[in-house]
Amino acid sequence: MSLLTRNPANQKKASKLAEHNAGRKLFGSRPATIIVWLIAIVWTIPTLGLFATSFRPKAEISGTGWWNLFLHPHFTFANYSAIFSTSTVSGIPNGIMPYVINSFVITIPAVIFPITIATMAAYCLAWVKFRGSDLIFYGIFALQIVPIQVALVPLLNLFTGGVHIGSFTLVPALHIAGKFLGIWVPHTMFALPLAIYLLHNFISSLPRDLMEAANVDGASHFTIFRRIVLPLSVPAIAAFTIFQFLWVWNDLLVALTFTGGTEGIDPLNNKLAGLAGTWGSHWELLTSSAFVTILVPLIVFFSLQRYFVRGLLSGSVK
Amino acid sequence: MSTFWKDNLPKLGQMSAAIAIFLAVLTVIFFIAGRANGKKQRPIAIVVFLGPALILLLFGLLGPAVRTFLLSFKGSASKHWVGFNNYHWLFTDPSMRIVLRNTVFWILLTPIITTGLGLLLAILLDRMRRESIAKSLIFMPMAISFVGASIVWEFVYKFANPDQPQIGLMSSIAHHLGFEPPNWLLTQPLNTFLLMVVFIWSQTGFAMVILSAAIKAVPADIMEASALDGAHGWRLFRGITFPMVRSTFIVVLATMVVATLKLFDIVRASTGGNFGTSVLANEMYSETFIRYDAGRGAAMAIVLFLLVVPVLVYNIINLRRERTIA
Repeated sequence: MSLLTRNPANQKKASKLAEHNAGRKLFGSRPATIIVWLIAIVWTIPTLGLFATSFRPKAEISGTGWWNLFLHPHFTFANYSAIFSTSTVSGIPNGIMPYVINSFVITIPAVIFPITIATMAAYCLAWVKFRGSDLIFYGIFALQIVPIQVALVPLLNLFTGGVHIGSFTLVPALHIAGKFLGIWVPHTMFALPLAIYLLHNFISSLPRDLMEAANVDGASHFTIFRRIVLPLSVPAIAAFTIFQFLWVWNDLLVALTFTGGTEGIDPLNNKLAGLAGTWGSHWELLTSSAFVTILVPLIVFFSLQRYFVRGLLSGSVK
Repeated sequence: MSTFWKDNLPKLGQMSAAIAIFLAVLTVIFFIAGRANGKKQRPIAIVVFLGPALILLLFGLLGPAVRTFLLSFKGSASKHWVGFNNYHWLFTDPSMRIVLRNTVFWILLTPIITTGLGLLLAILLDRMRRESIAKSLIFMPMAISFVGASIVWEFVYKFANPDQPQIGLMSSIAHHLGFEPPNWLLTQPLNTFLLMVVFIWSQTGFAMVILSAAIKAVPADIMEASALDGAHGWRLFRGITFPMVRSTFIVVLATMVVATLKLFDIVRASTGGNFGTSVLANEMYSETFIRYDAGRGAAMAIVLFLLVVPVLVYNIINLRRERTIA
């Protein structure tokens, strides 16, 4: 993959060529269009069902299928005003707003921290080579594939009990489980392998002349990093921002493990999974909450979409 | 000020403070480390740039992986060594057999269907004049969490008793076609395949977008030349297009295999792993955090890891080859 598109300039050239080339699009363009649109419609129907249900009155949701909204239009915003009201909604104090806020409070630092640390590490591995730096790079690449499940329990133990070798305390108990810091840290840790790998691919393809010129001018690594590497890496950083935002916002496993069900810091997704059980009969509340959960990553995704493929493919597709 | 903001403003304050402190510390370190010059500059730069990542990886992934490996040879309370007991249980217990069977189904079916469908769409997209809206619609589910997805699909799979109206889409369609729908998510082994559909629905867009970019990167003159030579449709695909995107196809496939193995949320949120739908990653969570058997949970995590090792080895070999060429 990275062979084809390692260099952003080549990639642009390639896509221009593709646009020029009407020849390959001549054959079978109409059947192709029809099939793609059929699949697109099938792919959208389930989400449409959720969206439609969230605007239906409670009594109708359990009585008739959601498609009836389009046959006999009867919209209501009551479900949304219920979940956004700050009074108690069906046993949930303050509606879902506190969980929306928790989700943002968890997600934003859990995106900023790993990206910053990973960009630094990627620059070092790409441009400040030293004996063993390649080995470290492969090691980090390999860690990408360690299932998070492997790390959950020991990390939780580290937070609550520290690390001891015999009677020697290597790391004292951190007491950050059940706090926001206790979710930011694991998310940062788990994001690093993929982030370093993607950013390394991008940063190592920056023009060598530029780096050498800055070196000759006597700029320190810190200056080069701030003035040259950071601004030029924006596409890769944006691509990873999308990835990490989606991953943290949509995560269930890390949140379940490290919030330990602490009411005050539960993210929306976590709460939603719980509500699916307790709100099982309140479809009007569940669907509108679910739609809110879906809407935020969709907005992030579509606003940064143009960076997604560009930033991702300059490295590889992992 | 309402109690709502009294409860929630401090959280936002905490977040802003954490980000501010993080950036301030970095700025100070950069400033101090940047003043060093001469021989010390390089080693200091290496420590500052690489140190934080390595420490976090050591405590976050490497250390825990080693510890989990050790825990997998201990009993439920992690006090006594039990040898291979946990592994023996994992491969012989009748209830685990269903879990392993499901995991194998998932690995064999979902990555290839997802990546294949993604490739098909990428090829079709390449032949369309305008693609953006349809492409975005197919890609959209990827932004939806698996928890959200399982609620979305609830309205497809929902089942009601025959005397009541069917409000699930699939049940209603079955009803109109003239047969009584089964209770989809309770019917084994159909339910496992229905959960796979949710995964495929969610991930096909990702495969499509990546493969579509790879197809666009195939030099146009190659395509033209072979089209002039009379290669069309299937022959063009098999002879030219697929070989050119094969490496991307395999990388996407590998990504999907890993994602499938780690799969947890879909099963957790839709059936909770009941009715014969559990998979290894979900069972590992239940064993560790619900039945409190850390040893068995750890053994499952290790089996998961071992299943991913071939993918890892393949990827590293590939990566080394690419790096030596580039």
